[in-house]
Amino acid sequence: MTVDPTEEHVIQWDKVILPDIPNLHTLDVYLANGGYKALKKALALKPDEVTDQVKKSNLRGRGGACFPTGLKWTFMPKQTSKPKYLCVNGDESEPGTFKDREIFERNPHLLIEGILIACYAMGIATAYLYIRGEYAKWARMVEKALADAYTNGFIGKNICGSGFSTDVYVHKGAGAYICGEESALMNSLEGQRGYPRVKPPFPAQNGVWGCPTTINNVETLANVPVIVEKGWEWYSKVGAAKHPGPILVGVSGHVNKPGVYEMPTGEPVLEIIYKYAGGIPGDKAIKAVIPGGSSTMILRGDQLEGVRMDAESLKAAGSAVGTAGMIVMDEDTDLIQVITRISKFYYHESCGQCTPCREGTGWLWKVLARFELGQAKNEDVDLLMDIADNIEGNTICALGDAAAWPVQSMIRRFRDEFEKRTIPEDRTKEAALA
Amino acid sequence: MFTEENLKKIEELKKRYPTTQALTLPVLWLAQEQFGCISEETMKYVATLLEVPLGHILGVVSFYTMFHQEPCGKHHVEVCTNISCMLRGSSRIVDHLEKKLGIKMGETSKDKQWTLSEVECMGSCGSAPMFAIGEEYYENLSTDKVDKILADLK
Repeated sequence: MTVDPTEEHVIQWDKVILPDIPNLHTLDVYLANGGYKALKKALALKPDEVTDQVKKSNLRGRGGACFPTGLKWTFMPKQTSKPKYLCVNGDESEPGTFKDREIFERNPHLLIEGILIACYAMGIATAYLYIRGEYAKWARMVEKALADAYTNGFIGKNICGSGFSTDVYVHKGAGAYICGEESALMNSLEGQRGYPRVKPPFPAQNGVWGCPTTINNVETLANVPVIVEKGWEWYSKVGAAKHPGPILVGVSGHVNKPGVYEMPTGEPVLEIIYKYAGGIPGDKAIKAVIPGGSSTMILRGDQLEGVRMDAESLKAAGSAVGTAGMIVMDEDTDLIQVITRISKFYYHESCGQCTPCREGTGWLWKVLARFELGQAKNEDVDLLMDIADNIEGNTICALGDAAAWPVQSMIRRFRDEFEKRTIPEDRTKEAALA
Repeated sequence: MFTEENLKKIEELKKRYPTTQALTLPVLWLAQEQFGCISEETMKYVATLLEVPLGHILGVVSFYTMFHQEPCGKHHVEVCTNISCMLRGSSRIVDHLEKKLGIKMGETSKDKQWTLSEVECMGSCGSAPMFAIGEEYYENLSTDKVDKILADLK
């Protein structure tokens, strides 16, 4: 792709999640820019009407699974004697993902407003915002915003005189990737080890403390006030038809301008790399791209033409939009080193409940380390595939799959890289046999 | 023993959750902040305070990477070496830190000033490479920048 580096972004997009407004994180500036208007608008509607709008907007979860948010909300029981809870997933630990951090820092009130609208729609009186422990500084920023919102009557009893009351609390994690998995998050919130739960029962029936619970990602909820304010018709027409709305794409790795960029879904991956992120240092070629966080399948640089940043397009290309944390690798990248590091991560983060994941992630890492050291045998490529295939689908939660997919896709799309790194004598032997 | 201020915080926290067990993580955070690490003695204290078995507390402490059972150095340097940082030269930062501080990854200096650890992705991919010291993130690192940060902390 030939791109003029001096050319400005071609996309005209008025940012709504992270607009460039100085001090938007303060309540005063947020209010001066129309803040909490969506909340008041929502409070004037019936809760079901709010859910209906979110459903019609076609908003899909931004935490990785792309599940329709409005539909998820309808799973919550209307008649129940138990309290209902909202858990906001701000555990953001997927390597390559750094978008929620931007929301905490630059627009925390938008998130709070989204949380409150969600609570109103589902009749929830308590929301917990689970923030990863490493983000202690950002948790403080959110707590400041929450305190200001409490003081001004946007949270707490009788919100804006509507009769609706809800509390929002920050709950800090302590450094476990698995707590980003919704059922592990609930266990962590209950004060336990972050072990994922077997489903069913699903959280909407039996969630935190055995009560009906909905878990939504931070960015997902930050989209909710936008839907209420601008209307579902507007929202559903932004970006890709089946996966609409603004999306925060984090670009990292070998690009000139790494960072989080807000754009409509469905932007071409190559434009994101070249126009938003300023292209590859030294004008090198792209060897590979991981489009949506480390657990999404790796794509070859030569298969990116026409691929777009939305759920459907990336699925068709053999990967996923995930958390939209895009990791770019130039032509000189040692992919064996990359996949070994990714596998080490999953080995470290496996919670240890399920044997295929607990043992398999360690085996993957150890066998990959043999390739990194040039001590692998020819048959080790198939061995890796075999281990990955035996983890996938055989575990309680998706961490097993997340560990298997990068390895499987790396072997499928870059088999030669593995074969180049086996013991030289082994390679000659293979050639002689052939 | 927790300070009066922390005990007050715990009372406030109790109002937020339907069970006291849910206070495990928040109270362990307070304990680590006050005592520097979570020793067996501290675990026993927290278990009594929350009326949960000691085994539960040990289970939690040993599960979460950020809870330390041993004291760290005065400055705990946590370097991310995960993929986005790796692609932008985190190994150079690691080598430089090891040389400069005279300790290897996972070690604490004899004078107890420095602990060096490798950590998983910290969500700083757009400003890689990075390390954290305490709650502070130091980003877009170069070896020169590392020298300056270390000198300022000494």
